[in-house]
Amino acid sequence: MRSLFIYLKNYKKETILAPLFKMLEASFELLVPLVMAAVIDKGIAQKDSPYIIRMCLVLIVLGIVGLICSLTAQYFSAKAAAGFGTGLRHALFEHIQHFGFSEMDEIGSSTLVTRMTSDVNQAQAGVNLVLRLFLRSPFIVFGAMAMSFMVDVKAAMVFVVVIPLLSVVVFGIMLITMPLYKKVQSYLDEILLKTRENLIGVRVLRAFNKEEKEKAEFEENNQMLTKEQKFVGSISGLMNPLTYIIVNVGIIVLIYVGAVRVNMGSLTQGEVVALVNYMSQILVELVKLANLIITVTKAAACGKRIEAVLAMKPEMQSGSLLYTEEKRIPAVEFSNVSLTYKNAGAPSLSNISFRAMPGETIGIIGGTGAGKSSIVNMIPRFYDASEGEVKVFGHDVREYEIESLRSHIGVVPQKAVLFKGTVAENLRWGDENASEQTLEEALEISQAKEFVDSKPGKLEFMIEQNGRNLSGGQRQRMTIARALVRKPDILILDDSASALDFATDAALRDAIKNMKENPTVFLVSQRAASVRYADRIVVLEEGKAVAVGTHEELMQNCSAYQEIYYSQFPEEAVLHA
Amino acid sequence: MLKKQTVNEDKIQKSKVQAEQSKPQSKDRKMSRGEILKKVFGHLGKYRIFVVFSVLLAAVSVALTLYIPKLIGYAVDEIIGKGAVNFAGIFRILFQIGICTGITALAQWLMNVCNNKMTYQVVQDVRNEAFRKIQILPLKYIDNHPSGEIVSRVIADVDQFADGLLMGFTQLFTGAATIIGTLGFMLSVDVNITFVVVLITPISFFVANFIARKTFAMFRLQSEIRGEQTGLIDEMIGNQKVVQAFGQEEKVTERFDKINEKLGSAYLRATFFSSVTNPATRFINSLVYTGVGIAGAFAVVNGTLTVGQLTSFLSYANQYTKPFNEISGVVTEFQNAVVCAGRIFELIEEIPQPEDAKDAAVLTHVRGHVLAEHVDFSYMPQQNLITDFNLKVMPGQKIAVVGPTGCGKTTLINLLMRFYDVDGGCISVDGKDVREVTRESLRCAYGMVLQETWLKTGTIRENILLGRSDASEEEMIEAAKASYIHNVILRLPNGYDTWVTEDGDGLSQGQKQLLCIARVMLCRPPMLILDEATSSIDTRTEVKIQAAFTKLMEGRTTFIVAHRLSTIREADVILVMKDGKVIEQGNHESLMAADGFYRHLYESQFLRGKDEDK
Repeated sequence: MRSLFIYLKNYKKETILAPLFKMLEASFELLVPLVMAAVIDKGIAQKDSPYIIRMCLVLIVLGIVGLICSLTAQYFSAKAAAGFGTGLRHALFEHIQHFGFSEMDEIGSSTLVTRMTSDVNQAQAGVNLVLRLFLRSPFIVFGAMAMSFMVDVKAAMVFVVVIPLLSVVVFGIMLITMPLYKKVQSYLDEILLKTRENLIGVRVLRAFNKEEKEKAEFEENNQMLTKEQKFVGSISGLMNPLTYIIVNVGIIVLIYVGAVRVNMGSLTQGEVVALVNYMSQILVELVKLANLIITVTKAAACGKRIEAVLAMKPEMQSGSLLYTEEKRIPAVEFSNVSLTYKNAGAPSLSNISFRAMPGETIGIIGGTGAGKSSIVNMIPRFYDASEGEVKVFGHDVREYEIESLRSHIGVVPQKAVLFKGTVAENLRWGDENASEQTLEEALEISQAKEFVDSKPGKLEFMIEQNGRNLSGGQRQRMTIARALVRKPDILILDDSASALDFATDAALRDAIKNMKENPTVFLVSQRAASVRYADRIVVLEEGKAVAVGTHEELMQNCSAYQEIYYSQFPEEAVLHA
Repeated sequence: MLKKQTVNEDKIQKSKVQAEQSKPQSKDRKMSRGEILKKVFGHLGKYRIFVVFSVLLAAVSVALTLYIPKLIGYAVDEIIGKGAVNFAGIFRILFQIGICTGITALAQWLMNVCNNKMTYQVVQDVRNEAFRKIQILPLKYIDNHPSGEIVSRVIADVDQFADGLLMGFTQLFTGAATIIGTLGFMLSVDVNITFVVVLITPISFFVANFIARKTFAMFRLQSEIRGEQTGLIDEMIGNQKVVQAFGQEEKVTERFDKINEKLGSAYLRATFFSSVTNPATRFINSLVYTGVGIAGAFAVVNGTLTVGQLTSFLSYANQYTKPFNEISGVVTEFQNAVVCAGRIFELIEEIPQPEDAKDAAVLTHVRGHVLAEHVDFSYMPQQNLITDFNLKVMPGQKIAVVGPTGCGKTTLINLLMRFYDVDGGCISVDGKDVREVTRESLRCAYGMVLQETWLKTGTIRENILLGRSDASEEEMIEAAKASYIHNVILRLPNGYDTWVTEDGDGLSQGQKQLLCIARVMLCRPPMLILDEATSSIDTRTEVKIQAAFTKLMEGRTTFIVAHRLSTIREADVILVMKDGKVIEQGNHESLMAADGFYRHLYESQFLRGKDEDK
């Protein structure tokens, strides 16, 4: 948690002043019983009315000053916490933006989203609360004790006994119940899971007539939850009665000791009243402190998780070569490339070698998990080769400045992801400065023009988050257009026509072939029909390139390719046999 | 006699009309607060005794808690000064304080036990009822409500309802009792000073309320901005790979920062202004305290009050304000809880699917004769989806369902399995209308393997045994072997005891489907509903699935959603579906001859290789 405190450094003044003002307020609060004691001992005993009024004015002044101090403290702490949260969020977001693909794979995006949202919120709430209360509550508890010492040392001994006793009860019960509450939560999670499962899997469960069995299981889990809840409840329910007993016994002893001391003349009646008042103040603050500790522990746990993310350093270092400097052929060359993902036992690609000349189309085919996407992901340097070398226009990809390299490669990822915003905004991800004409051209090539034109507003049509308001095929065509907008030298289509029907698929391939920029195209697919017209096809099986060649060549001498082909064209398999 | 009869008929007529009126409304109709509370009390009924105890114990503990300051006051009055202490009196009073403390503590603890008992029991009952209802809800309801929403009713809403209504009720009661009790005790000591307290305290209540009202809009703004930010984070970090592929990191960060700044200032406003509440009410409390101090001190000087009474007054003044703030918190919570309770009761009272008829027959020894006659069906009353659909399936026949994705194959499954009932006409199995047999026996007669596989969270074994829970270990392994999944399972870390979750991590899509086949393989039902794999499954696994399907289909009536040419060709009947409707029906030859949608589909989907060869 400590390293996160640097996000408070622009708010040093607030961070220091907030607790100080809180303490000031608390000390004024502590003076009140003493003033009241003076009213009783002097004002009342001597029937001194002006004194009484003066003292009551003092009380009002104390109240007002306390209010001002407290408001100041609240403002400072809110300001510091706001600044802390904003700074932390910014730093975290920026940091995450620098994570490469392997870091993203390792942590997972959903975890990162939680870190950025609820964890930061909790940490922020923790900072706010600590600034406000962490000094106040202990200060009042110990302040009350100190005050009682000032009043009378003998009587103060009661506080010396009562405060630790109360602390043991309050913190002890908290310590015991915290893990139990976790257990309750896990039972609740089980029930939640069961409910969810029964809704999502309703067809299967009813098809197998499992309603009664599910009911029985649910009721059993529910029963366990209730039992556990009652158990925790009965323990945490001890807190109030026990502390009540301790405080009241404390008061009884205090009155007795007070009575003895007053009788001896070393204490006054008003001072006994003040002592009793201090005793009641302690309990309230101790309970507050206990709750504060729970919140702070939670916040600290969140802080730790955030720190862990901030501590991760992206592995990939950018080179310095600008893409535009001397281009050599071939456009893309893999020489003996192997790739082992982080934490993976076995390599996902081993010893891959092939070349692609400018303007060529390279097909990549293979089963799921064969490593098709892995190959194309190495061209824009999403992942670095563990062994061997990937070259783009004659230079190892690691020599390039990453951004400059990527800005000349058009990637159409497997998952057709669009963002909330207009069609034009989405397309301009490819190139910020693209003219409207360029956008139209890209839409035309990607076979998306027709449906975009049919939408209200056309280029200004609002796409919802994740492109929810478009069909799967429409999304795919949009993502292809987006990649085309940047007029890439290398175009990567990672299984991106799977939702298109045959005619559109063919028209798309034709249009790409006839592009005047004539990019080098990488076409990843499970379908033999999609890759068969490529200049070369790389056939992958379990991370190895079992063959590289044209469709005709492969049909002659590659059994893996034949197997794929005939499973998709059984008619020809019959003819072949 | 005659008259009476007509009255009765009227009544019946009337109730019918009412029923009809309330039926379509029931989905949108919101229960009134009164109705909801009545239902809450209905559920409390069983635990009536605990409610009574809880209220009694609360009364006892409140009364004694309030009595103790008064006793302390008496004690203080016995401590006048040097040599003027009445020890005998003090011991008596301290003894009383001790007794009161003991009883109060005990009462508090018992009250807590009672409250826990009734709260958690009611929660348990309500959740059980809700879950039972889910089991008999019509599929229509489940399909039309996002599962997250129903889950949140069963989990979050019930919790909220328990916290707000049941716990809130006791808090409300003790709060009110404390206020009244304090007033009573104060009045019993001194009427004038009581007035001072009663006049000033409401201010703190109003201040707190005022601040809460003013800050509500700020909190709403904050949560709106937070929502916007979470949306952006979700979108951008969730798709970071795309963001990076297009080098948009900086632009995205800029957008993020803009929202972040807005959030920062909204947070500051909301947090600061809401945090004014505590100091403000504390200040007003100190005013009350001072007021009591002044008035009390003068009363003591005038001899109408003792110092001890002043002491008790001061502690009453402290106590009196607290319940007001608590109650105002409870009231908001209470309103929220009523809304939550409304949602959960709406679910519990949702109209269930019609029960099986009392004389419903049990389908046994099904031969696999399926007949659809003049079937009309639609999900929404206005849109006709299927009209006058007829189909005759002889035992052992194969019916291929063909069409583009989203063509409505689920509709067919829904009707065959009776997840939905037809609107008109009828579907029968072996000559029996499906509505006249028990659902259980009908569904037993079908084996279903869908492409969108669903696994139960549990072990692999549990998942296979879903097919037949009394199967022996050997039978289960046999089924797994027949589904070509046995070897895959053996390679998993814990074999058949490997834990799988709903998304079946660690298993590929194809393997999951094989697991679902094993389930059906285990019970070997007389009829099948199968869903062929599309291209997202790798070739090897697909071959296995195909082989397993072939094994299953032997001699069984099969409805198969087909993607493979061979399956379609070999089918006895092909149903061509599009946009939810059955548009063509026949065998391959007749459909090709008809030169309709099927022919178009066939030529574009399956003959592309040949076309391109030309």
